[in-house]
Amino acid sequence: MADFDQELDARGLNCPLPILRAKKALNDLGDGQVLRIMATDPGSVKDFEAFAQQTGNTLLDSTENNGEFHFLLRKNG
Amino acid sequence: MADKKLAIIATKGTLDWAYPPFILASTASALGYQTCIFFTFYGLQLIKKKLDLKVSPLGNPGMPMPMGMNKWFPVLGTTIPGMEGMMTTMMKQKIKAKGVASIEELRDLCVEAEVRLVGCQMTIDLFDINRDELMDNIELGGAATFFEFAGDADVTLFI
Repeated sequence: MADFDQELDARGLNCPLPILRAKKALNDLGDGQVLRIMATDPGSVKDFEAFAQQTGNTLLDSTENNGEFHFLLRKNG
Repeated sequence: MADKKLAIIATKGTLDWAYPPFILASTASALGYQTCIFFTFYGLQLIKKKLDLKVSPLGNPGMPMPMGMNKWFPVLGTTIPGMEGMMTTMMKQKIKAKGVASIEELRDLCVEAEVRLVGCQMTIDLFDINRDELMDNIELGGAATFFEFAGDADVTLFI
């Protein structure tokens, strides 16, 4: 598993909470640090792609395992 | 990224229709948009200090009813006193069970993200709403105030 600096448990939360919590968590991270997010909302797969694209952060990894979605998001700038 | 701008006019005052403005505004803020919501007519219910939003099955054939009630329940049944309260309670339970944020939570997130909340002065006067009933951290203004912000907005929505 890839390294990360902070973890966010967004399991059980629905749109748009995983994104909003992730944004908040990213605010506390420094440039280049990585946030790992766990979620159960199937919509979050597309949403984290879109979030990364629009905010200039990098979605390093997006995986699904037994209905759980894990994302690695690197903060840029 | 240069800040994009989202302008929303919120005109509805029911629990279900309270979601789109607050979901979109909070998400847009997370994406780096400057966001402003202009609350007018029944939308003013959404900026009351004490939220008391309800959902009604009346005149709403698209609303899913529990236990297939809509199949055998006459339309007139939706006018029975207490029906609105019952549907509101059920909707709130469902919202909680599905991990959907409450309106209070989304509204707090908007305030935290510095979404501009503007109450329409004309409809506040029209409905004799006390300034004290509305949230403290809102602005009041009219159509020109809306256009001052929306004039160069990238996205403008009427909800």
